[in-house]
Amino acid sequence: MSAESTHVAMTLSDHLPILQILVPLVSAPLIVLIGSRRLTWSLAFIASVLSFGIAILLLMQVIDGSIISYQIGGWAPPLGIEYRVDATNAFVLLLVTGISTLVLPYARESVKSEIPAKHHTLFYAAFMLCLTGLLGVTITGDAFNVFVFLEISSLSTYVLIAQGSYRDKRALTAAYDYLIMGTIGATFFVIGLGMLYMATGTLNMADLADRIADQGSNRTVRAAFAFIVVGMGLKIAIYPLHLWLPRAYTFAPSAVTVFLAATATKVAIYVLLRFTFSVFQPSFMFEVNTLEFIILPFAILAMFAASFIAIFQNDFKRMLAYSSIAQIGYMLLGISLLTETGLTAAIAHLFNHGITKATLFMGVGILALRSGGSFYNRIQGMGKSMPWTSAAIVIGGLSLIGVPGTAGFISKWVLVEATIEKGWWPLSVLIVLSSLLAVIYVWRVIEVLYLKTPLAGTDYREAPFSMLIPMWIMALACIYFGLATDVTLTASRAAAQGLLAGSAGMM
Amino acid sequence: MRHHLILRVITKLLVGAIMLFAFYVQFHGDFSPGGGFQAGVIMAVAFILYGLVFSLHNVQQVFPPWLVHKLVALGVLIYAGTGIVSLFLGYSFLDYGAFTPDHPSHGQHYGIFAVELGVGITVTAVMVAIYYAFAGRPPRLSDEEW
Amino acid sequence: MGFELTQEYILGHLNYWLFSVLMMTGLYIVVAKGNLVKKIVGLNIFQTSVFMLYISMGKVTDGTAPIFPLDMDVDPDVIYSNPLPHVLILTAIVVGVATTALGLALIVRIQEEFNTIEEDDILKIERAIVQTENAIHGDAMGGRA
Repeated sequence: MSAESTHVAMTLSDHLPILQILVPLVSAPLIVLIGSRRLTWSLAFIASVLSFGIAILLLMQVIDGSIISYQIGGWAPPLGIEYRVDATNAFVLLLVTGISTLVLPYARESVKSEIPAKHHTLFYAAFMLCLTGLLGVTITGDAFNVFVFLEISSLSTYVLIAQGSYRDKRALTAAYDYLIMGTIGATFFVIGLGMLYMATGTLNMADLADRIADQGSNRTVRAAFAFIVVGMGLKIAIYPLHLWLPRAYTFAPSAVTVFLAATATKVAIYVLLRFTFSVFQPSFMFEVNTLEFIILPFAILAMFAASFIAIFQNDFKRMLAYSSIAQIGYMLLGISLLTETGLTAAIAHLFNHGITKATLFMGVGILALRSGGSFYNRIQGMGKSMPWTSAAIVIGGLSLIGVPGTAGFISKWVLVEATIEKGWWPLSVLIVLSSLLAVIYVWRVIEVLYLKTPLAGTDYREAPFSMLIPMWIMALACIYFGLATDVTLTASRAAAQGLLAGSAGMM
Repeated sequence: MRHHLILRVITKLLVGAIMLFAFYVQFHGDFSPGGGFQAGVIMAVAFILYGLVFSLHNVQQVFPPWLVHKLVALGVLIYAGTGIVSLFLGYSFLDYGAFTPDHPSHGQHYGIFAVELGVGITVTAVMVAIYYAFAGRPPRLSDEEW
Repeated sequence: MGFELTQEYILGHLNYWLFSVLMMTGLYIVVAKGNLVKKIVGLNIFQTSVFMLYISMGKVTDGTAPIFPLDMDVDPDVIYSNPLPHVLILTAIVVGVATTALGLALIVRIQEEFNTIEEDDILKIERAIVQTENAIHGDAMGGRA
């Protein structure tokens, strides 16, 4: 307790972990309180840029493997709530804040065309709350705090998705379905935490890890693990629990889809990683069994079934939503291999898929802005009238397939490497086969954009620069991280090593 | 609108007492069970009761919707602001010891007072906002059709 | 690990039994009922079961309310209940209220747009929309999605 200890004044740089949360958190009520439609966007953007800067500073501090621990209210862990930054979550923080900083400029035009002006202030407030929630889930070292921030992000996500109802009323039922599924998932997660608290008497993650390691596996801990995996599985959209995802992504406003596809499921995967590898011991037999016999088959099923459904779509945006489920399958496959290479592949794919999907969903949003929809026969031939947008979509599509020279190739290559290293070569074949399915659905988009004749009487203008520039930054990032392979791989490997070191890596 | 005489008289008597009780729960929350969450809900009950008996229009004269929405945000800002003050005083976020460095437990008193005030304001406003949002929708069936 | 269904086994774990029954009741309502409001009610029962699990966990036998005495003189012989689960659940209750409010608000909007809150009817309407869409834009897999 701070009351007795002599006090050492902290400088602002000591406060970076809390500022990471505080900046977007304070911006949301400020936006509502000021209530000016002109200032709203600028406030949100400034807050997002600031938290991006903070994320960079944090990553620079922990890239060498050190850990920052911040005590809320001066109460030392394990009693108090602790924010804990290490290489793994600093990486995720950077991804989330980076995407939000690029999505906001993009959102400006897109939101103007999709949402009535009187709702703009509340829209951006909800967006900032969603960002706060995602960052909080990532940065906190307290298990119950994960739940609280998860619900902050989820509740604002439901609101954001429902904003799509001004274009299509099915956004409402999509948001409702997600609300039911998401709440069940979060409640399962809380039940799991309750059981862990019963078994160990603590909620601090590092402390939990130690005490679970001490007492070994027992029935309460096993039940807790099952509840947490199922609960997070609903948020991640692991294959049989994915039903909310295609509808939510399809009917949400374009900017929201970009943000969610690139960050929300990734943060959920981070939580799963944190719990499977840091809190629980990866050596526990029940955990190995769960991953090998349950997660792995479902991951493979997702890779094929979802890709297959994606081929037979008539809507670009919905196709991408199904392909997201398939790509989550690759990440889970990497995780369930339980090797360092497998984890590296999963974490690298988490990042690469984030930027790839952001590029593609941004492209869809631009096409929808000009043509009023994303059905294939509505956007056909737009490659000629909107060359820049279409070119970025092609880059994103190539990265989605995993063509050499793009970001998607690197992570898939490491994933194949990991399966061979483990001796499970049939899996390598399956990865390549499912990538062929991706070739089909991406080719269909390219065919629609370039080879079909444009609809009569449509001559669309190229997209506004505020949307093109963020999209091209993403597209160039897809190429950059496809060529400068060691950047992502070094960071992912460091994160994977930290996670595999188990609780030792946290202390 | 002269019927429900008993309801209207009792409500007028009760609203003041409910608000007083809300303040008691709010400000006595440091010593006894209570605090911002509970007090906020009790305070909101006073407004909602008034609205139920004297119509939504009348309660919105007293507590206009725009004010409700601003108060939701203001409460959160008071909470976060308390933490930010302690942060600028060189302590960690929400470390109330910052307010009176010589006597940390006094500082904790002030700190929790400010934080609970923020919580109370937000909870009151949120509860009333929820009531306004649902009660303010045009009814699908008019009263006569029931 | 053989079970023995003794009186102690049943009564000693009463809170867990009640938790399981409530949890399954809530989950069943969410899955089985077609009315959107009833689903929210089921969700609430489901969440309440978790609140009960946590709060019963904080109970210490013979423990009293964990309130700091006014004279700051803590008697070491007095056993206090564990207040932490209560605090956690206070947060979870607030989250539950927010979820319920948001869910009901969505239902109000669904009612305005679809003119029904029965899942079967909504499904029919959405299928009809998908069919008209597919008639214009070509067939697609995935039903209502």
